[in-house]
Amino acid sequence: MREIEAVFREERGRLLAALVRRFGDLDLAEEVTSDAVEAALKHWPVEGVPPKPGAWLMTTARRKAVDRLRRDRALAARLAILQVEAERNAYAPPADAHDDLHDVPDERLRLFFTCAHPALPAEDRGALMLRCLAGLSTPEVARAYLVPVQTMAKRIVRAKRKISEARIPFRVPGDDELPERLPGVLQAIYSIFTEGYAASSGPDLQRLDLAEEAIRLARILRRLLPAEREVAGLLALLLLVHARRDARTGPGGEPVLLDEQDRSRWDRAMIEEGAALVVTALSGGPPGVYGVQAAIAALHDEAADLATTDWPQVVALYDVLLALDPSPVVALNRAVAVAMRDGPEAGLALLEELAGEARLRGYHPYLAARAELLHRLGRRPEAAVAYRAALEAAGSEPERAHLRRRLAAVEDE
Amino acid sequence: MKYMLLINAGTSAQDDDACTVEDWMAYDQAVREAGVWVSGESLADLVTATTVRVSKDGKRSVTDGPYAETREVLGGFYVIDVPDLDVALDWAARCPGARGGGSIVVRPVADFGM
Repeated sequence: MREIEAVFREERGRLLAALVRRFGDLDLAEEVTSDAVEAALKHWPVEGVPPKPGAWLMTTARRKAVDRLRRDRALAARLAILQVEAERNAYAPPADAHDDLHDVPDERLRLFFTCAHPALPAEDRGALMLRCLAGLSTPEVARAYLVPVQTMAKRIVRAKRKISEARIPFRVPGDDELPERLPGVLQAIYSIFTEGYAASSGPDLQRLDLAEEAIRLARILRRLLPAEREVAGLLALLLLVHARRDARTGPGGEPVLLDEQDRSRWDRAMIEEGAALVVTALSGGPPGVYGVQAAIAALHDEAADLATTDWPQVVALYDVLLALDPSPVVALNRAVAVAMRDGPEAGLALLEELAGEARLRGYHPYLAARAELLHRLGRRPEAAVAYRAALEAAGSEPERAHLRRRLAAVEDE
Repeated sequence: MKYMLLINAGTSAQDDDACTVEDWMAYDQAVREAGVWVSGESLADLVTATTVRVSKDGKRSVTDGPYAETREVLGGFYVIDVPDLDVALDWAARCPGARGGGSIVVRPVADFGM
């Protein structure tokens, strides 16, 4: 039973997308998708999985939709574009749109662009994707984001209402619009990933792994848009960062910095897959932000330790990234890499140049990096002051614990 | 599907990016020629505005204004009939009022199924 349910997680998004395409209504599509999956869970264990499971689900869902529209005249009227009679005819997907595993055409790309539409609140786009494309229930999405179910339900209902009432279309943007729209989709997936990491030290060990959901979504998107190099770049970045997951935290949940991580615990297979994707992401055109970040992550992943990391190359990649995304946070990361290449003094000089940046004010990675470099330069009193400033700004308890240990180390010297 | 484009004029009148009467005429012509135009008006200056309120007991209060409390002032509107929000956003982006510090708020017109 659990196996069948696992199969449905992915199949569900596919079915939903096909039904949204068919009916032009997300609510109706969701409802009949659930009905069809429920019917399958009831029949398949007894009668066996049908030879064409996708078509079986599609047919069942379509019948449920027709029933529903017969009962609900108002809805039927609202979906004036829907031709109920036409739905009775056999469903014939275009021959080129399905593969051996799936017998329903893949319409999910439309749904990716709808979920990440710029007219929706940025913080809801990831949640919608998890709901519609990753096949998560609203309580699962709520648990993943550590918010009450009611809160998440309200956000999802509001977003779906906007899709329906403002008529946000289910469509793949044309080639001319793609450069403007694709970054929004990538950003939504990336935000799911970082959300998973930001909260990974939380007390609730039962919660779904958002990082893995993000990787799943990035894999689906990569299959749907194989020619888009930034999609390869995003998937590469997620894999290359996630490969370090087991070494990132100590036994007590405290963060372990890159230089102290047990690199034998990094996931070699995942690194290999990510590194191969970096090549794809950076070949055949100008580099994108995800491809370059993935390349930096790959250099870390492939180094035996901090000292033998190819720091000149890391700095060079940060130069490229800074040109693409001239943000103070990128400049901060570059300064840290320069400190590794040229020594703490050079890095600290760059950090001091950034002191006036509004976005770095009270930003604890900046304060912690500065403290670390002062410490390495042996400027202990200043380092202690800087660690205290970082402690005041740091968010999560494990991060604070780490800074307290560093502060104690300075004071003991 | 009908959408109202609420045109908020930017206050930075001497902006290099500010649009000309010709820009507006060209846009108006484009909206009409595309067959999406339903209605549209340009509003007279805000100093000519008057506000009316009626209290519970039916008493009418008339005041001068409002004066601009925010940086943007409603300067006009279009109602267009297009298939979906993306098309409405495209028309909004083409509107001269979206430039020079101005903005366009795109709102679907409520449909009561009449």
